[in-house]
Amino acid sequence: MNFFNELKTILKKNIRTYGMFIALFVIMFTFSLLTNGVFMSPRNISNLINSMGYIAVLAVGMTLVIVIRHIDLSVGFLAGFLGAVAAILITRTNLPLPLVIVAVLLLGGLVGLVNGILVARLNIPAFVVGLAGMMIFRGALLQVTSRTGTIIVPSRQFNAIGNGFIPDINILPGYHFVTLLVGALAIAAFVLMEIRNRNTKIRYNFEIPSLPIFVAKLLFISFLIGYVTRILAMYNGLSWTVVIVLIVVTIYHFITNRTVLGRYIYAVGGNPEAAALSGIDVNKITYFVFASMSMLAALSGILYTSRLQSATTTAGTLFELDAIAAAYVGGVSAAGGVGKVTGSIIGALVMASLTSGMNLMGVGISYQYMIRGGILVIAVIFDVMTRNRFAGGH
Amino acid sequence: MDKTTQQSPYILEMKDITKEFPGVKALDKVNFRVKRGEIHCLVGENGAGKSTLMKVLSGVWPHGSYSGDILLNGSVQTFYHTQDSEKAGIAIIYQELALIPELSVYENIFLGHEIHKRGLVDWNETIIKSGELLERVRLKVNPEVKVKELGVGKQQLVEIAKAFSKNIDLLILDEPTAALNDDDSENLMMLLKELKAEGITSIMISHKLREVIKIADTVTVIRDGQTICSLDAAAGEVTEQALIRNMVGRAIHDIFPKRAPKERGEVVLEVKNWNAYDPAAGRSILKEMNLKVHKGEVVGVAGLIGAGRTELAYSLFGNPRHYQISGQLFMYGQAVTFRQPREAIQAGLAYVTEDRKREGLILIQDVKNNLSLANLKKLSRRGVVNENDEINTAVQYKNALTIKTPSLEQTIGNLSGGNQQKVSIGKWLFTEPKILILDEPTRGIDVGAKYEIYTIMNKLIDQGLSIIMISSELPEVLSMSDRIYVVSEGRITGEVNAAEATQDKIMELATM
Repeated sequence: MNFFNELKTILKKNIRTYGMFIALFVIMFTFSLLTNGVFMSPRNISNLINSMGYIAVLAVGMTLVIVIRHIDLSVGFLAGFLGAVAAILITRTNLPLPLVIVAVLLLGGLVGLVNGILVARLNIPAFVVGLAGMMIFRGALLQVTSRTGTIIVPSRQFNAIGNGFIPDINILPGYHFVTLLVGALAIAAFVLMEIRNRNTKIRYNFEIPSLPIFVAKLLFISFLIGYVTRILAMYNGLSWTVVIVLIVVTIYHFITNRTVLGRYIYAVGGNPEAAALSGIDVNKITYFVFASMSMLAALSGILYTSRLQSATTTAGTLFELDAIAAAYVGGVSAAGGVGKVTGSIIGALVMASLTSGMNLMGVGISYQYMIRGGILVIAVIFDVMTRNRFAGGH
Repeated sequence: MDKTTQQSPYILEMKDITKEFPGVKALDKVNFRVKRGEIHCLVGENGAGKSTLMKVLSGVWPHGSYSGDILLNGSVQTFYHTQDSEKAGIAIIYQELALIPELSVYENIFLGHEIHKRGLVDWNETIIKSGELLERVRLKVNPEVKVKELGVGKQQLVEIAKAFSKNIDLLILDEPTAALNDDDSENLMMLLKELKAEGITSIMISHKLREVIKIADTVTVIRDGQTICSLDAAAGEVTEQALIRNMVGRAIHDIFPKRAPKERGEVVLEVKNWNAYDPAAGRSILKEMNLKVHKGEVVGVAGLIGAGRTELAYSLFGNPRHYQISGQLFMYGQAVTFRQPREAIQAGLAYVTEDRKREGLILIQDVKNNLSLANLKKLSRRGVVNENDEINTAVQYKNALTIKTPSLEQTIGNLSGGNQQKVSIGKWLFTEPKILILDEPTRGIDVGAKYEIYTIMNKLIDQGLSIIMISSELPEVLSMSDRIYVVSEGRITGEVNAAEATQDKIMELATM
């Protein structure tokens, strides 16, 4: 009885964090029913996750941009343009692939630095900078693809980034063994870290949930990781896209949670004036956040080009809006200072699940847009309402 | 005022009001009665429940979200919105003024209930009516000037004029003089008395006990969400001692704790021919300032609001507002220039801002993060924060400054003003400063917390720090400082030893 009471209070208190998971659950469960289980089939889940990679990395970068109270609308066509640049470098030069990737990423970072300087140093509204960038990179994309049209990328290695899977050793028939191994390691790492955190909190007399709740949480998350791993392992295993997304999320999660830089980013987002007076160089933080955003846009462009095995003239259209939507659905606050990269990934997953599920059900594209728009509004309403409830009091 | 013909002597009765927030009983069966035509002061420490009570009354917390009854002129009221209470004749003027700076005075006064004919706003009529309302609050300004061009005191009067444009008979002022200088405060008090003569009932929330004593007919004291007592001025019950005893729950004999006299040390900071021009405002804000700060002394900086005291602090502290500065700054005899707050911090300067909510704290973050922010590098290695060290540090400052918080993970916006201020001070002490600039260190905090802040200041002085204290509260300046500089219109108009200073003398210099 006590267990459920505590569970209830914890859920209530952290409704903003758990709300998204619950929404994701509901959406997956609903589609699973409506499609007679096809939605949760290994093949579909694998496709769903792999096809959201290029939005997921953008959502991660966008999270930080929104946290510091800005927005970046240029990332969609920047991704398209840099994807085309990658394709051109691969088809027309003999540069080794790693060098091409590094060059494109650096180019992205450079563009972002310029954006950051325009926003922070020259005080131009980020919305305007983004809008200008959007037009410029759209034009640039058309320009570099003007003679050839769609650029087909022949490099098998490059195309593996968006379509390939990690290699396997054939031990367990019917399963991708290495994927299962990675999943098991992830669960072990998660459990160990949670136990360590809990012990630290006990040492400092911080409030902690009771042991049964703690164990229940460990079991639940472990089950989730295990379940997803198993589904993926029943198909082709972990894709390189997922590996890349996981690496990006891990790095950003670490930066935002553990580093001085991360603290500064949230401080600037929470109160720029107080941050500046505390000795934080707000301009520098802004440069970093915009540079990181555009670098991730470059990565997004590479993932997308690789997935299509070609650079198209319309690549990148509306990516920025999908990324922004994912961030908002994932609990990032437009007021600044609030939002987690892991939340945005869940947000991206929610949006991708909607698309995938509705495709399976044969819902027309016109309705799909309307429904996704509706979900976005609902997510933000939910966010605002839970926020107001806890802002109550003094 | 035709309602005066009714029976009940009370214009307002709030009976057994209980309001709960998750985990907290903010109001516990509060009873509050206001007689028609009186000036009624509501006092209590921060977090006692005064603001919550006024939010219940005004409909910010709608009927049904609390228990108990609100009676206006003897009849039960159910307010669901602030509009409902306005319709019933209640107007509240909050501490944070709700005027729009870019609009003119008349536009502000009639904002939300414009005078219109056939759907079009009648601006001529609006201006004429605004003029009449301004006359009623004794404010002599052209209604066509923009609100941003008026000082805080005048803006307050515009707010009151705005309230009167809505036909009210109960005026509630939430700490109206918190941001006002003595002259403006005096004016406001006069106005309230004159309005009383016209039959307007006022409720005033205030921390300034002298003011309360001067003006109140009745004082209700609230503590920990409960009504403690109602004191009658006519019966001589309203005294400083009585107020403090009831607010704090114990007697405080001296508001200003004594500090052991100290030998004046070396000069730690000196400013010579200091001028600053604010390009944003397009005017010169500091003119030929010269001042010195010795080790182990409290230097008070007095003056009227807008005299340039906060601007001086900003100009010294790495100039984050990008003034154009000329002049010399010396620390320990060395000429220094700070291009950013970070450089000032590294040199041993710390600045606790005037407005802790806007410029001091990150309200959405927790106590721990706020305490560590200004010196996070000390708690980190290769850019990674060592959270164990951080928690230890936070615990240390929490204990040293007796910060009352349920946990270090508490969001700072939920703490009382006094505790927020202690966190602000703790945050800066963690940078291990040699000179601490305190800008209005006790603004908006209650008597008990003030005493604690003063005690902390004394402790720091004993440890060899120097303090520059900017303050608009003269008793505070006179009692806490060793030496006082008076600033008027960007100039230092006088330097007085605290022992020889009087309120009159400082006011004289401040208005030079």
